Amino acid sequence: MVATPDTAAQVREMTDEKYKYGFVTDIEVETAPKGLNEDIVRFISKKKNEPSWLLDWRLKAYRHWLKMPEPAWQKPNFPAIDYQDSFYYSAPKSAADKPQSLDEVDPELLKTYEKLGIPLREQEMLAGVAVDAVFDSVSVATTFKSKLEEVGVIFCPISEAVQRCPDLVRQYLGSVVPYTDNKHACLNSAVFTDGSFVYIPKGVRCPMELSTYFRINAENTGQFERTLIIAADDSYVSYLEGCTAPMRDENQLHAAVVELVTLDNAEIKYSTVQNWYPGDENGKGGIFNFVTKRGACRGHNSKISWTQVETGSAVTWKYPSCILQGDNSVGEFFSIAITNNFQQADTGTKMIHLGRNTSSKIISKGISAGRSDQTYRGLVRMGPKAQDARNYTQCDSLLIGNQCGAHTVPYIESKNKKAIVEHEATTSKINEDQLFYLRQRGIDDESAIALVVNGFCREVLQQLPMEFAVEAQKLVSISLEGSVG
Amino acid sequence: MLHIKGLHVSVDDTEILKGIDLIIKSGETHAIMGPNGSGKSTLGYALAGRDGYEVTRGEILFKDHDLIEMSPEDRAGAGIFLAFQYPVEIPGVPNTTFLKEALNSVRRYRGEEELDAMEFVKIVREKTKELGIPDDMLKRPVNVGFSGGEKKRNEVLQMAVLNPALAILDETDSGLDIDALKVVANGVNTLRSPERATLVITHYQRLLEHIVPDFVHVLAKGKIQCSGGKELALELEEKGYAEFAQAAE
Repeated sequence: MVATPDTAAQVREMTDEKYKYGFVTDIEVETAPKGLNEDIVRFISKKKNEPSWLLDWRLKAYRHWLKMPEPAWQKPNFPAIDYQDSFYYSAPKSAADKPQSLDEVDPELLKTYEKLGIPLREQEMLAGVAVDAVFDSVSVATTFKSKLEEVGVIFCPISEAVQRCPDLVRQYLGSVVPYTDNKHACLNSAVFTDGSFVYIPKGVRCPMELSTYFRINAENTGQFERTLIIAADDSYVSYLEGCTAPMRDENQLHAAVVELVTLDNAEIKYSTVQNWYPGDENGKGGIFNFVTKRGACRGHNSKISWTQVETGSAVTWKYPSCILQGDNSVGEFFSIAITNNFQQADTGTKMIHLGRNTSSKIISKGISAGRSDQTYRGLVRMGPKAQDARNYTQCDSLLIGNQCGAHTVPYIESKNKKAIVEHEATTSKINEDQLFYLRQRGIDDESAIALVVNGFCREVLQQLPMEFAVEAQKLVSISLEGSVG
Repeated sequence: MLHIKGLHVSVDDTEILKGIDLIIKSGETHAIMGPNGSGKSTLGYALAGRDGYEVTRGEILFKDHDLIEMSPEDRAGAGIFLAFQYPVEIPGVPNTTFLKEALNSVRRYRGEEELDAMEFVKIVREKTKELGIPDDMLKRPVNVGFSGGEKKRNEVLQMAVLNPALAILDETDSGLDIDALKVVANGVNTLRSPERATLVITHYQRLLEHIVPDFVHVLAKGKIQCSGGKELALELEEKGYAEFAQAAE
């Protein structure tokens, strides 16, 4: 991660911009009452000044949601969610409500920031500190913006995209993940408040990783985030979501939707680091992270690659998937999931091969420690027209201690005799010999575990954008703290 | 430097070492010889502090530290190095990453400044050159896919980098052909110094032709049965262990 002392300045700059648009001026009346009903959906849509087609879509989703059952096939157990006990729209906190300095922030959080090597200014931003008013440095964010505009890339909050390029949004929103897909995605469709929109025009290779920008923007990421990325013919973009630093967040339920579309010869590389609050060491609290992520390789020779590092949340329910429609299209899924204490994760992917000669690769590394429980759940489907399609799946689980669980549930469906599916899976316990060897060389037990686990994850860590990989490695170590003994 | 007094060690409630006394001084090389199951490797593990090797009686003093109270990593920091009979593979962790982590851990323990990547590379390059170890060994994951000889040379490299006060070589000759044995022995000899002591644990006299000890001890049935100079190894080779074991009864 690019670590500049200017980051907070960029944040400020962007906040200022919001002021310009009068976004925050009427903050007092921006919080909708608790609970969920059609009026809330209308309220959100009105706040966002949305066209009627979008309101209609939200309402259809809401009405469908009322009838939908909760998914029940996942392994994790958790209490039923009381949807009426949440707020579905609240404006950002005003400066007066925020911590006024890092002194007012939970010291545990600060300790983690320190270990991750996050600069002070960014710590303030991440911890939600009301940032000082005076910054004179040049805004990196503005530089980004003009650089992107030069090549015609659209990168903005999705609510802004609805105003700026409604046709594009209308054409693609819900086209990969329809609101009928599952209960969580359906709820998101009804009440999403923000998220990102990216459009890469034909023939453009996005001149930068859309990552630093996102981290700056992270304050916008909310409970019901909606992201839509479209890569037109012959284009490329690498997008990084999330952040290694744990974020302050009081919302328990997170139900995000991400939709990706690649047209002919286009490629999207989407990386995620998820480090939401996992609950304490007794399993109290923590985020429920129920995410629907799916990409459609609509064009020939197009490619979608998911890389995820999942270390946070009390319960994770997430299957970033690829629909390989275009001939010769490629789907990839690289995943590291770490669970400790009482965390539960049910995660994996779906690779749906529809086009000829499509190929997919799944590399999943699951590490369970403490009393946590983890499931890899993956579907590989070869459609009748998926002539010569190939899939390779490698699924490795590592157990630390003897009170955790790891499960692998692969589903393979092949309707084409000329398609090839390969699946390899291993489960191992962290090895006493390895730990003693490392300790004999002076490395303490926690560092020894971190080293072994980082080695175990190496194939996936290598997929992350360079500057991010270093932080991710540290994150792996931090996530496993306290797992020894 | 090392003073072992009346050491008893049990593994899974079975007593393996039944009263070992041994004094090793700086600059000395000692060899422990003995038949299979005599407790040779147990002695190495007990010195290194492996879990499950329980000291039931006796004392181990190392440079005035009470070793028994210390964790394996602290013992390593204090200067104990065990070259393993079967070096362990750590998939996905490049040898350099491991070496740097180890060296900096040990330096932290010794109150020395940690080295940055540049300083570290300089030291490692020096050592690989001195020991004639090819650089590609540094990039490969720790011991993964290494031949028997490469694994043992990697142990010697680690020893060179960590610069311990006491090096314990556990059956370093096992699994090596004669050429590989010579290379490894040369490596060990290169590292001999007046500040360092070496404890060689071996079955065969063969290794001691290349790493010549000052003292030889015969370990059988959990006790040191007799001690002598390097000529004792030759005598052993001739007569076998049986005689020494019997003498003990």
